[in-house]
Amino acid sequence: MRKDRTEMSEDDDRSPPLDLRGADIAESSSKTRNCSGVTGPVAGPGPSSMEFQAPYPDQVLENVLENVLQFLSTRRDRNAASLVCKSWCRVEALTRSELFIGNCYSVSPRRATARFARVQAVAIKGRPRFADFNLMPLDWGAHFAPWVNAMAAAYPWLEKVYLKRMSVSDDDLTLLAESFPSFKELVLVCCDGFGTSGLAVIASKCRHLRVLDLIESEVSDDDVDWIACFPESETSCLESLIFDCVECPINFEALERLVVRSPSLKKLRLNRVVSIGQLYRLMVRAPQLTHIGTGSFRAPESVAQGDPEPDYTAAFAACKSLVCLSGFREILADYLPVIHPVCANLTSLNFSYANVDAEQLKSVILHCHKLQTFWVLDSICDEGLQAVAATCKDLHELRVFPIDAREDSEGPVSEVGLQAISEGCRKLQSILYFCQHMTNAAVIAMSNNCPDLEVFRLCIMGRHRPDHVTGAPMDEGFGAIVRNCKKLTRLAISGLLTDRAFSYIGKYGKLVRTLSVAFAGDSDMGLKYVLEGCPRLQKLEIRDSPFGDSALLSGLHHYYNMRFLWMSSCRLSPQGCQEIARALPRLVVEVFGGENGELHGDETVDILYMYRSLEGPREDAPGFVTILQ
Amino acid sequence: MEGSSRSEVCPQLLDLIPKQGEWIANRDGERRHGLSEEKKLELRLAPPGEDWSVKDNTKTNHRDRDESLFSLAYFSPMASMNHNTSINNNSNGSTVFSSPWSSSAYQGQTQHNHQQTKAPSFLQFPSTPQSLPVMAQEASQPCCTKVVDLQSSEKKTFSPSSAKTAVPNSSQKRTAPAPVVGWPPIRSFRKNLASSSSSKPAPESQNAAPDKTATKKPVETCGKGLFVKINMDGVPIGRKVDLKAYDTYEKLSSAVDELFRGLLAAQRDSCAGGVHQKKQEEEKAITGLLDGSGEYTLVYEDNEGDRMLVGDVPWHMFVSTVKRLRVLKSSELSALTLCSSKQDKVPLDSPMK
Repeated sequence: MRKDRTEMSEDDDRSPPLDLRGADIAESSSKTRNCSGVTGPVAGPGPSSMEFQAPYPDQVLENVLENVLQFLSTRRDRNAASLVCKSWCRVEALTRSELFIGNCYSVSPRRATARFARVQAVAIKGRPRFADFNLMPLDWGAHFAPWVNAMAAAYPWLEKVYLKRMSVSDDDLTLLAESFPSFKELVLVCCDGFGTSGLAVIASKCRHLRVLDLIESEVSDDDVDWIACFPESETSCLESLIFDCVECPINFEALERLVVRSPSLKKLRLNRVVSIGQLYRLMVRAPQLTHIGTGSFRAPESVAQGDPEPDYTAAFAACKSLVCLSGFREILADYLPVIHPVCANLTSLNFSYANVDAEQLKSVILHCHKLQTFWVLDSICDEGLQAVAATCKDLHELRVFPIDAREDSEGPVSEVGLQAISEGCRKLQSILYFCQHMTNAAVIAMSNNCPDLEVFRLCIMGRHRPDHVTGAPMDEGFGAIVRNCKKLTRLAISGLLTDRAFSYIGKYGKLVRTLSVAFAGDSDMGLKYVLEGCPRLQKLEIRDSPFGDSALLSGLHHYYNMRFLWMSSCRLSPQGCQEIARALPRLVVEVFGGENGELHGDETVDILYMYRSLEGPREDAPGFVTILQ
Repeated sequence: MEGSSRSEVCPQLLDLIPKQGEWIANRDGERRHGLSEEKKLELRLAPPGEDWSVKDNTKTNHRDRDESLFSLAYFSPMASMNHNTSINNNSNGSTVFSSPWSSSAYQGQTQHNHQQTKAPSFLQFPSTPQSLPVMAQEASQPCCTKVVDLQSSEKKTFSPSSAKTAVPNSSQKRTAPAPVVGWPPIRSFRKNLASSSSSKPAPESQNAAPDKTATKKPVETCGKGLFVKINMDGVPIGRKVDLKAYDTYEKLSSAVDELFRGLLAAQRDSCAGGVHQKKQEEEKAITGLLDGSGEYTLVYEDNEGDRMLVGDVPWHMFVSTVKRLRVLKSSELSALTLCSSKQDKVPLDSPMK
């Protein structure tokens, strides 16, 4: 459950490993693997008598250790094991096959590949999340290139790469395709910098490719027919092909042939260029699909009036294993009924691109008893949410996106929908809810009705909006969430919020790892409450809130435990940020803003982005970034 | 006030606004973020050349909706950029918006720019207030589409409005919103759904598509360079060339040769079933790109989307209209419809002056 946590803490106050001296001696004399004098299972005499043990028994012990540690799979467990002693650290490093880098600048590729020698799967995250909303300048960094270069040399057996918010170039993809002959899975989430030419190289050269997932990434159109680059002559082992974010036209005939020769294909998410008629052709050839993302879901233009349309309903009915549906771009709601045969089995439904109203939704949702994940637009209104609440008793994750993302738009969903969901979907674990109007009462109700909540993200789109019934700030609602939802790890707050809300978070939000704050708080106390009160806080992103230098200073004890802190348009001064940089040498303190990247003393800092790092200031920082030291 | 200080920076532009003193004086009083209900200023639309008049508008309801949206849309970004409400009264109220990343929408400029940059066509207002006169010219254009575009479509890299807002006290009432960078926190590809997912015919929805790939424009100006994508038949990976680095077609041609010679040879190796890395044939020079005599010919796509032979027009004209380059096999040329302005053709050696 907590597998996402990184437990590595730089200010670990554990005393140094007992075998430090023993290790020095062993390293200088032993030619084989350096064995330290102390290993866990050997009880008895203290460290000093261990120094002169012969290598052989330790070798056996290390072999045993290696075999045992193979069974540790989660990062958290492995990180803990690596802290036991040097020997365990070494063996763990040799047996770790999945490497997770939460911040690509926290450690260098060289250091990571030097420590972990036998990695098969790598996950790297780059930019902070606020970069998705145009708050971060382009070309800030997070380049995949140094990583792929280092891994090409260090991990020739690499099989899987997962990247999030990284800049990946076509050359990087080429190097990847050429360096890793066993390469199997490529997942790019919110990445950019590459185009269809890079995809073409992946398709043509990765002969064992099973997964190619492009999720919410920007892919430039290089006029290259990348689908046709999958080798034609052989059966493909492709299991997942997700390219709904690719905006360019594709060669449908090539795609059809690819699907036909991919008997293992389970997940297929098409882009909006693919018509419903083409979807039909693919579905009849791949009834084994479990995840389908449709393209455009409206009448195909080429069909003349009166021509019989294919039996889409039958095609859906034939997909007996279908559990996840998404896409529905440019939807014509008349076509919705064709998915009825699969609704009863659906566990995941993504309507977040589908402009459907309450009635249209109801016709579908009343069949979806097993639904666990539901993403939808607020066009369904409170009435639609009530229908969801009535049917989807097993709902774990709900996301309601605004169809009109402006502050002053009409809000079709409100506290009524939230209340209904809280009453109907008691097993809710994660919610993201965009609205214009909200009340404390509804939020409090959700905190009481949904005790399993781990993620609560409420975005009241109008800034500083109070409870629209009572006029009070939204403090009590969010307070109830942190107080009653004992498993809460992620929180995003909005609306009119005073320092009191932050005091609640600091007092009750003991498990909160990720906190997003925008346009909230009254004074430095708000941030102080959180920094002093939330020991598990790892990712803190704040914008447009009145927190200044003294608030920033109050977190000195904690910043080494965090992955990053983002503060934009707050009240920080260069001096304040400088003080942090001086106090914490292993923290990289980046500030953006000022003319030509220079900061003058009397200005406020536009953006502060700071993170712990073993490497010090990065060398690829662009001109507008100043790294304080 | 930094409004007046800005007017000192570019007085000649602001002078075009009548009653600028009144406008700026009104802005002085504005201490809150966004536009308060009482003090909402409005620019009345007028065709270019006529007087702009700026008036205080205390009544917001009896405005024509389109006009109000239009003025709100056009005005409020400037309002938020002009007024500086942060308590430190920093003179960088407009920093967020004239700083590098907003201009990096315009092909990666990283310098701090005060001059007008090439704006995307649907967002005709520029990134600095000095360019207000440009907006005046836009006033005569139909406002509705601009409003929709402005309000709801945000190209990923263009962030016109400052995010600087004042700190409200807890009794802050809700103010009318001025567009703020990155708020609400929705990724750009989730915007424009109302236009793209309703029952409108498909071609209109495709207009929304370009928004998503806005960042990957074919032409980049990184300050000094003019980078254009170039693809070659038979080579899957495209490259980029900096046209500012050359001043003649000949130099461009030899640069293309250098760029692709190695890649082409590598492709030939791999196509010939060569699993090994060693090159079995020598790299052949790519010649005759401009006159049709070689195996390949250089063509380009201009700003109107037409495909043209490279070399037909004077170099400076070529540079100003080229959007991307392609190296095609000469044998395929006749199969393509090329718009070559042969009748206007300037002798090929004229760019070499």
